[in-house]
Amino acid sequence: MNLKKYQDVIVKPLIDENPITLQILGICSALAVTNNLSVTMVMCVAVISVISFSNLFISLIRNYITSSIRIIVQMTIIASLVIVVDELLKAYDYETSKKLSVFVGLIITNCIVMGRAEAFAMKEKPLLSFLDGLGNGLGYSLILIAVATIRELFGAGTLFGYEILPLISNGGWYMGNNLLLLPPSSFIIIGLFIWLIRSLKSDQIEEDDFFVSKHSTSPDLSKREINV
Amino acid sequence: MNESIVKTIGVAFAVCLICSLVVSASAVSLRDLQKENKLNDKRIKILQVADIYDPNISIAEQFSELESKFIDFNTGLMMDEYNNFSIDDYDQIVVTKDPNLSSKVPTSEDIAIIKNRENVGKIYILRDEMGTIDKLVLPIRGYGLWGTLYGYISIEDDFNTVSGIEFYDHKETPGLGAEVDNPKWKAQWKGKKIYKDNKVNLAVIKGKVEAGDYESSYKIDGLSGATITSRGVTNMVAYWFGESGYSSLLRELDYES
Repeated sequence: MNLKKYQDVIVKPLIDENPITLQILGICSALAVTNNLSVTMVMCVAVISVISFSNLFISLIRNYITSSIRIIVQMTIIASLVIVVDELLKAYDYETSKKLSVFVGLIITNCIVMGRAEAFAMKEKPLLSFLDGLGNGLGYSLILIAVATIRELFGAGTLFGYEILPLISNGGWYMGNNLLLLPPSSFIIIGLFIWLIRSLKSDQIEEDDFFVSKHSTSPDLSKREINV
Repeated sequence: MNESIVKTIGVAFAVCLICSLVVSASAVSLRDLQKENKLNDKRIKILQVADIYDPNISIAEQFSELESKFIDFNTGLMMDEYNNFSIDDYDQIVVTKDPNLSSKVPTSEDIAIIKNRENVGKIYILRDEMGTIDKLVLPIRGYGLWGTLYGYISIEDDFNTVSGIEFYDHKETPGLGAEVDNPKWKAQWKGKKIYKDNKVNLAVIKGKVEAGDYESSYKIDGLSGATITSRGVTNMVAYWFGESGYSSLLRELDYES
């Protein structure tokens, strides 16, 4: 019962154990919903609430879930929460739900939600699990918002739909980068974030799965072959 | 003991029961609100395209200024009644799934890739104080790059001049094809002509319309980076203002006035 433990589960997933940049989970939705900041924000709120509450509910019944059906039980709870979030969005924020279309439904397949349920909520107490969900949701949101800011600002010249860099097509001076508006650009931006974070925090660098052996005949190191 | 079959089934049943209750409760309780959102969203687009939308006045009230009519695509005539449909609830998109109420568009004519066209559509009329037609709002749809674009186009009382265009549903790429929602792009449509020598001549071109182009009133700037969406919009206009679309209605109205 120490406060540090509670603090850790929220703070650690932000940078040190970020679900996207360290665990490389939940990449798919990070590609799809980050071309517009306001849409991204709604998606983040949706994901945070789904992770937090799925962790909470799964943790509450963790002692009753038999291991043979644990995945499907987690899935059922997650899917139900996602449907409720989707219904709420359609009722109260129709504009954004139209833009998010299938991606709200696809939160079900977001690996972070399932990953936290399986790795954390199945073992820990409800409150701690809830906070862990919150922390991971925030970590996910942090990266998404950063990616969306870059994509919207340099792709469309706007932030939250407000014009920051006036586009040539609207009579301004800025030529929008169309690549940033397409999903693959998120890959590049997330890759750059991973690079940045791992350069600053070298403990995040993973060991190679294989080692590069020296060539047996030629000493020319520039033509080394990978020996797996 | 923890792994007994009875317990497994019991837990599975309980989880399913509770989850289904939660899901159905949320779906049922929010259904009315969602329906209203959807309807209002469409109505706002119709009002915008007719250029009479005022966000400060209730949508239902503004919408009552418009007169809805059925239109039979085979005869080109407007009708007040069609089977037992109430005009407010009639949805021509839903009807395209019913083979008795729609007809398959032959592939050779299906330039906008709509597949099934309803036999009877629904249009909106804005009348002036004298009761003569001021504007027509006509639903259009057609395939872009990723999916069908659904929208409305409004026509002035000469039945040849565009007054505005709006899309209420599409799946085009944000920033590229989705620029069909860009107010600046949409604004160009105002005043453009559709027919030239009784043929649809209006098109979204590639690149910008040159200043001094003698046919500029038939041309719309292309959406840069979205050639296929632009072509889709051109085809959509060509189809819906062609023989199987609204052309006979417009000819008839033009003749009457």
